Amino acid sequence: MLSRNSRILIGVAALSLIGLYFVPLWNINLAAPQYPEGLGMRIWLDAITGLKPNDLGSINNLNHYIGMKPIEPDSIPELRYMPVIVGLLVATGAAVALAGRRALAWIWLGAFVLLGIAGMIDFYRWGYDYGHDLDQENAIIKVPGMTYQPPLIGSKKLLNFTATSLPAAGAIIATLSLGLGVTALLIGRSRASVRQAESVQIPVLA
Amino acid sequence: MAGASDAASRVYVAPGAQDEFYTFMSGGFSGQIAVYGLPSGRLLKVIPVFSQNPENGYGYNTETKAMLNTSHGLIPWDDTHHPSLSQTAGMHDGRWIFINANNTPRFARIDLTTFETVETLEVPNTGGNHGAPFVTENTEYVIGATRFSVPIPQADVAIADFAKSFKGTISFVRADQPGKMDIAFQLLVPGFNYDLGRPGKGPSHGWAFFTTYNTEQAYTKLEVNASKNDYDYIAAVNWKTLEACMAQGKARQMPANYAHNTLDHNSHIASTEMKRSVNVLNPADCPNSIYYLPTPKSPHGVDIDPTGEYIVGGGKLATVIPVHSFSKMMKAIEAKAFEKEVEGIPVIRYDQVMAGEVQNPGLGPLHNEFDDKGCAYTSVFISSEIVKWCFNDFKVVDRVPTYYSIGHLMVPGGDTRKPYGKYVLALNKITKDRYLGTGPELAQAGQLYDISGAKMTLLLDFPMIGEPHYAQAIDAAMIRDKQVRFYKLTDNTHPWVARSEQETGITRRGKTVHVKMTAIRSHFAPDNVEGVQVGDTVLFHVTNLEQDWDVPHGFAAMGSWSDAELLVMPGQTKTLTWIPKFPGVYPFYCTDFCSALHQEMSGYVRVGPAGRSVVQ
Repeated sequence: MLSRNSRILIGVAALSLIGLYFVPLWNINLAAPQYPEGLGMRIWLDAITGLKPNDLGSINNLNHYIGMKPIEPDSIPELRYMPVIVGLLVATGAAVALAGRRALAWIWLGAFVLLGIAGMIDFYRWGYDYGHDLDQENAIIKVPGMTYQPPLIGSKKLLNFTATSLPAAGAIIATLSLGLGVTALLIGRSRASVRQAESVQIPVLA
Repeated sequence: MAGASDAASRVYVAPGAQDEFYTFMSGGFSGQIAVYGLPSGRLLKVIPVFSQNPENGYGYNTETKAMLNTSHGLIPWDDTHHPSLSQTAGMHDGRWIFINANNTPRFARIDLTTFETVETLEVPNTGGNHGAPFVTENTEYVIGATRFSVPIPQADVAIADFAKSFKGTISFVRADQPGKMDIAFQLLVPGFNYDLGRPGKGPSHGWAFFTTYNTEQAYTKLEVNASKNDYDYIAAVNWKTLEACMAQGKARQMPANYAHNTLDHNSHIASTEMKRSVNVLNPADCPNSIYYLPTPKSPHGVDIDPTGEYIVGGGKLATVIPVHSFSKMMKAIEAKAFEKEVEGIPVIRYDQVMAGEVQNPGLGPLHNEFDDKGCAYTSVFISSEIVKWCFNDFKVVDRVPTYYSIGHLMVPGGDTRKPYGKYVLALNKITKDRYLGTGPELAQAGQLYDISGAKMTLLLDFPMIGEPHYAQAIDAAMIRDKQVRFYKLTDNTHPWVARSEQETGITRRGKTVHVKMTAIRSHFAPDNVEGVQVGDTVLFHVTNLEQDWDVPHGFAAMGSWSDAELLVMPGQTKTLTWIPKFPGVYPFYCTDFCSALHQEMSGYVRVGPAGRSVVQ
């Protein structure tokens, strides 16, 4: 069984994921001389929005020059699944905290990590698709060998724009939540191993 | 005296940095308003108001033409004199700026979130709307006065019957509701020339003061015949009393014919409402509503100091600057210290209302603005200088030359309860050798002086558009951050809007062809228009689909003799009227360099001979 503190930590980890519904997960900002006011996208659990109203429209308009498909949030099914998946993580995490079973906690944490990795791979895959699947027929600007995939994390020069992709508050909350989950199990283990060590040592001393 | 390099550093606004003040200069005979930054003197924008502006199609295209409608029809030009910022509690609030049309009397309201003229109102019973449109402390009213008295109502009378048949009016225009400017009432006054006016503030709030000249009632050779009297008047008008008389039904509903034009915020289409009557009050029916304060020699300006106590005249032919006291005036009215009546209007005794006379002000004092330290700055036209004097002793303490022949002058916030007291701007009529010559027609100019110290210091000298007649300036922070960057396409209610390329199309209605067109970087849709015949009128309704900052598209078609061009802001729809005269294929193109493929942003309209069957 998990200690009381570990159960609290797992409960907090699970409930903190509710925050993901209220803040963006990821920021992609585009910097160019003509955009002193900034231009960017905010990726949410269930939406893609602009840094400012209509930035997404502006970005799509710019992307038509290079033949990139328009970014249409309605055509991205992940934006419908992710709120459900996070909801399940919250619910199961809370259940694990209540049940207090160590094995269930490991499974929950494992699922959390796997889903996180899958999410990042999926995000990369979308970026790759937008950046590479260009309409060569109608692209106005064609630079041989040039693709327009934004980096997963970091900055990259894409023609006149510097694209900077960084985790936003949602990703930070998810990471902290994961950290709490791991801590919960580590605390549990250290106490358990202390007790185990004690139980081993006593007979030796005796 | 500061050195030149020191002065330069005080007006230097580094590249990329922004000015401290927005300054709105009247364009005078350009009919527009020019917006400059201070202290740099950089031109930011020309706002079309009372003159057509082919640069963006204002007053040419079907959406904006109505802004220039009057009882005389569309008037393509006027003369703007006095920009006046809206106020709340005696302070500029940055909502609107008003300006007058002098020639065909009108008022205009400019919205300071879009820098567009959104409303114009014609004023009946007025000849030369010069004493306008100064605002009352809470923008209850903008005031107006007739510079030229006229027969009221207008009639075919002998000009020699001036004294008998000509009258003046003082107008109070309701101004606190956008789109609802309305002449609340006009006061019928003796047939003099009413030159300038200012509403009171603080204790004198509720009053407005107007200068008169030509109390001689001359109608020919005015320069001599209207300069004979030693004293003309400042009219003190109590508009709260006039309001009460209105409420008591003392006004006469006089038949009239004048235009009220408003720009719809969502369709961006201006429309005209003709008004058929106006409320006119007669001083005889509304006692205690107007008094005359004798003021030396054809006074031009009348300005109220920040405390609201002093009423400063600008006797343009006088050898002194007369300063009246509001509190003395109220006591004199109480004591009935009148010297006579003029057409039933009491004239208060000069010594009972005068607070002081500033001696040796120079020749031709015209206008006054004020600082935050109890001092006034008077523009002096003939001796071409600004004189500074203070209310504590009415003595001139400093004077600086201007280049040349200063008219108005302006201290940022100078007509409010709390002027900034940092700069004074001279607005000059003559420049001669100040700049590189440009043939017989030379630019008029302004000079900026630092007034933060005891001595005025010349900082900057810069030419301007038209005649910078008067100006007002406001702290940039009051306006800067509420600028509209683009119009929302979803709010566009223009009847011919195309919110996407799918909504575009060509519709024939008799001999009119409507082309519903969109513009987005870097193409028009449709970009090939066929089926037009000679004898058709083609209406290109161009919607700018952009929803981003600073991406206007232009539209011009070859042979466009019946219109100018269009500059369409993002989210807006504008219409170009194009009437082809000959068969052929004519190009149209985007006129505002919008993108790397701006040159590709073009199309063709094909015109067949009259009567040819439509080919699509």
